[in-house]
Parts: sequence; structure tokens; C-alpha cells
Amino acid sequence: MTASTAKTSSLSWYEASARQRIDALVDAGSFQEFLGPEQRETSPHLAIFDLPQQFDDGIVIGRGRLGGSLVLLAAQEGRFMGGAFGEVHGAKLTGLLRAARKLKQNVLILFDTGGVRLQEANAGELAIAEIMRAVIEARRAGVDVIGLIGGRAGCYGGGSLIAGTCSSLIISEQGRISVSGPEVIETNKGVEEFDSRDRALVWRTMGGKHRYLIGGADIFVDDAASAFRQAAIEALEIKRQYDRATLEAEQKRLERRLQRFGKTADAVEIWQTIGIDEPTEIPGLPTDEFLRRTANKREDADDAR
Amino acid sequence: MTLDEILIGLFPNGGDIRVTGGLVAGTAMLAGEGPIHVLGIAQELPLGVDEACALAQRVIEIIRSGDRTPILLLVDSSSQRMSRRDELLGLNEYLAHLAKVLLLAEAAGHRTVGLLYGGSAAGAFIATALATHTLVALPGAHPAVMDLPSMARVTKLPIDVLKAKAETTPVFAPGLDNMVRTGGVHIVWDAGAPLAAQLAAVLARPARRDERDRLGAERGGRRKAAEIADRVVAIAVNSHPESQHG
Amino acid sequence: MEKLNFKLSAANLAGGTRMQVIVGVVASGNLEVLLERALPAEVCTIDVATSAHGFGAVWEAVVRDFVTRRAAGGLRISVNDGGARPDTVALRLAQGVRMIEEPEA
Repeated sequence: MTASTAKTSSLSWYEASARQRIDALVDAGSFQEFLGPEQRETSPHLAIFDLPQQFDDGIVIGRGRLGGSLVLLAAQEGRFMGGAFGEVHGAKLTGLLRAARKLKQNVLILFDTGGVRLQEANAGELAIAEIMRAVIEARRAGVDVIGLIGGRAGCYGGGSLIAGTCSSLIISEQGRISVSGPEVIETNKGVEEFDSRDRALVWRTMGGKHRYLIGGADIFVDDAASAFRQAAIEALEIKRQYDRATLEAEQKRLERRLQRFGKTADAVEIWQTIGIDEPTEIPGLPTDEFLRRTANKREDADDAR
Repeated sequence: MTLDEILIGLFPNGGDIRVTGGLVAGTAMLAGEGPIHVLGIAQELPLGVDEACALAQRVIEIIRSGDRTPILLLVDSSSQRMSRRDELLGLNEYLAHLAKVLLLAEAAGHRTVGLLYGGSAAGAFIATALATHTLVALPGAHPAVMDLPSMARVTKLPIDVLKAKAETTPVFAPGLDNMVRTGGVHIVWDAGAPLAAQLAAVLARPARRDERDRLGAERGGRRKAAEIADRVVAIAVNSHPESQHG
Repeated sequence: MEKLNFKLSAANLAGGTRMQVIVGVVASGNLEVLLERALPAEVCTIDVATSAHGFGAVWEAVVRDFVTRRAAGGLRISVNDGGARPDTVALRLAQGVRMIEEPEA
């Protein structure tokens, strides 16, 4: 197995590690890591829980080229502590975004996170807030911050709020975006409210296809690194502004969503309402067919995110 | 202090502030300094799509006015609303949107001050209190990421063990003191002293970049965050191709 | 966490010119291995931080076997272990050496 990677077009985004994703995403050999594992900037808070550290604290950051253009990148490792935000992990992303504003360089955030790391909950929570502020400050300076969602841990909790500050979101079927996870809703509100073991319900409610259709994500792709790469290149080509008009448009979009769907009980009802024929077939459709059947029907968030 | 007591203490010159469905809205007069917009979430209300949308709408109206009047955001909430409906409708977008409009209001010249006087947790805390320029609190406020029994359940540790560990570090357990030490809360007000003067002091502070990580380092609750973020910026700047010669 | 440190003589210098590689992820049953070309040619050190206590003898056996079989001279190896089985450890160490021998792009 070669290390200078398997930039095979069929690399599963879901199965890949953070480092494999970056490697498959950027132009060959262009990635320069910042604060890499050899710096050993690990979490100071895991030892008291007798938990092992990871040298990069579960997030890889740096600069690379995408289709020739420089971009800053951050990739979360969803298998380390569930990709959750701790003090160091969060600060790496905060610093990257502050640098993005200074250098006017676009950013790709490869989300793979269950939210805030409980062992460092307060630090993680504050990191989320600092990151959201840094994203918005970067966007106001003309920087695009593009989120890529399709990893095993999903994009939950505070991660989902950061995703809500991004200029654009690329998602695969495997991707999930939600503030409270299925188990948390079930534990707090009961299985009647949400059966966390009903996988079909999870995907209908918070999965990639639904998010794409309701306007919670902008580009839907296959679970393949090449698809994410292509989508990221295209997303970066769009010229965006971020100002009061954007927020006014988002307010309208979100109000309209409540008016149209605020009383629906299930995603299938929403998909029906937006005009999709045979909405129950949506979860089973392969990507090409899904995109074909939903073209011009989905809710979009263009210039309103 | 009750919300009414707080409002009387803050605005001895009066104001027109209503609480409807747990959401606070109105304006008041600062002692000698002109008006202030007052918004908030009260009665430990969970923050769901409807509440976030309504609050965001109020903020946008304030931005439209262009009056550069400060905004006080009162917070006594639960966590985000935990429901199938809210997630189905994209709660993350609504909460992020609320944070965004608060940040934009600040950028448009409306100083934002958060006053945590009750509870607030997780996504609600991030979208409201933590999205203001300066967050202050009254004694008795109780911010949390997650309650300790739930943390014990998720981490599979006995609650006593977790409590013992919480004695040794401010980094995970709920509570105002921990949120102060980690830099999230700028200052805890003296409930026995005039609130109006304490608010005036906060409003008189010059607008600053986000310094919570620095504050956390000074207070010892977050010793790494500011240093790591600063180093990343330095590395990124120094390694930028245009900054390299030859 | 248990910390283990091994310093061994290596018969052969690690091939290639890469200065460092990293392999693996810290998760239950898994481990990360950081290899740095940082030592004199005839030395190999392996530092382990592990959440699984009491397996010192097993680590020693795996590590000695590794240094016997692979050209690991000059490598400073650092491991964060999440309770991986010995064969997974051996696999990651081997993967690491293969990676560091790879010609640079």
C-alpha cells in the first residue's frame, strides 16, 4: 500500500481518515501541515480521565492547493474522541480562521464531529463560539468558508452551529447535521419523540438527502473523495458577498420554511410539499437519480446563508 | 434577582419591555446616555426554531434602524429545544442565524452585551450569550454545556468520580465560576450594587476583538487556547508563499 | 495512562529520506504511531503511552520483534495507544516503516 496516497477516485469519504481526505482533496503534494503531530500539542485535559491523547488532538490543519488555488484546510478525525471539540482542537481551527481573514484565503472545513468533548466541555463550548465569530469575521472580509460533511461522526452539536455559519455546505448521503443527536433527544424526551435506533428516521430527519432538499446544505455528492474535491472546486468559484442583504435573505428563507413546513410531522411530507413525486423512494435512490428527480424542486439557500 | 428586579435595577429611568411567550423585547433609557434595545429569553425557555427566528427578526429590525444603539441580551434559557420537529426543520441553521445577526448588529455599530441571569446550556448558550461582544452575569446564574448526571451517563463514570475530578479543573463541569475562569464570562456583577452603573461601565469599554481565549489564559482556566490560536496565525502568515523570498 | 520506553539497537538503518511519518488513529482497539528520523543509525527508541495497563511484557515482545525484522535504525518512534491488540501494533509499526521508506513525491 503506497503512502503517497491512494488518490483513487473511489476513496470512500466516510471510511477515510482525516489525513486521507485532505490528501485526496488537494492537488498532489501541495499540503503543508501547520502544528503537525511532531509538535505534540496534545490535550492537557484527557490524562485525568485516563484517556489517550492524539498528537494532533484530532484535527489536521494547514494549507494546500485546490485546482491550483491556495486554500486553508481543517479536517477533523471522527474516530478520535468522536471528532469532538476540545481546547487545543478548537484553538487550531480558531487560529486557522483568524489567519484566513488576515491573508484573505478561503477555507475548507472537513467536519466529522459529535460536538463538544465532554471532558473539556467548557473549553469546547467556548471554542465553538470563538470559531463561529472567526468564521463570520472572515466572511465579512470576503473569505469563503466551505464545509464538507460526510464522515462517520456526522456534524453534530456545536459542529452543526459552525456549519450554519459557513458560506456553503457540501454533503453526502452519509452526512448528518443536527444540534441534538438522536440518542440525546430520546434520552431527554422519550422514544416516542425520537427512536434513535430507527436509522431510516435518523436519515430522513438529519441526513444528507433531507438537508439538501430543505436547503440545509447546498451541494449533494457521492461518498467519494473525488466528488467532494470536484464540488469544493466548484463551490470556491462562486463569487460571494456577505452582508446585511445576505442575512435579510436568510431570515426570509428561514421564516418561509417555518410557514411552509412548520406543521409537518415527517420529512416525506416536506418532500411531497416541495413537489417530489414518489417521495418515499428518495432514501433508496442512487445519487444521479436523486439529483435528477429533485432538480428545481429543492429549497435552495443561494445568497441566503 | 427576578427579571423585574433586574430591569428596575438596570433602568431606573424606565423602559418599555415586554415578555411574551418567554421572549423579552423592548427598549429602555440608560441613565443619561440615551436608549438601549433590550431583547432576551426568559423563564428557562428552550431555544427552538420558532424562538430563534423571532429573536433574529427583532435583531434585524434593530439593524435596519441604523441607530447604532446598544443591545442588551438577557438570558435565562434552557438548552436548545430537543425535538424531532426542530431538528427536521434545521435547528442548526436557526441557531447559527441568531448568532450571525447578533454578530452583524455588533459590526453595524450596535454594541451587544449579554447578561446571563439564570440558566443557559449548550446550543442556546452559544446562539445567545456567547454571541455577544461582552458577556456578564449575575450571581446565581448557571451556565452549562451538559448537566453532570448526563455527563456521568455518557462518559460511563460514577457521578462521585466526576464530581471529584471537577474539583481539580474548571474545564468541564457546569457553573458560573468555571465559565468565568475559562474566559467565557467577562465579569460577574455585584447584585448589591446599582446595576445601571455596572452596565454603563461595560458599555464604556472600547470594542475589542475576541479576547476570551486570552482571558481564559490569564485566569488559568484555558491555558492553551490563546497560545495555540496565535501560533497557528503566525505559522500561516509566515508560510504564505508571497511572504517568502527567493 | 501507562508510559513505556524502549531503547534498542537496530541492525539496519531505516531506508528513504522522509523525516517523519504518522500512521493510525487513537481509538478503541487502535493506535497512532509517529516515526521521526532523529537518532543515530544504530539506535531505535519506542515511547508508548497506553490506556491499557499492565501489558509491558507484551509491548516489549512486539517491539523487540519489530526491531529484529525491520530496518528501523535512526527512528524515534512515539505511540499513543487506545488498547490495540499486539498484531495491530505490529501492523502499524510495519506500516510506519514502509511509509518512511517511501520515496518522496
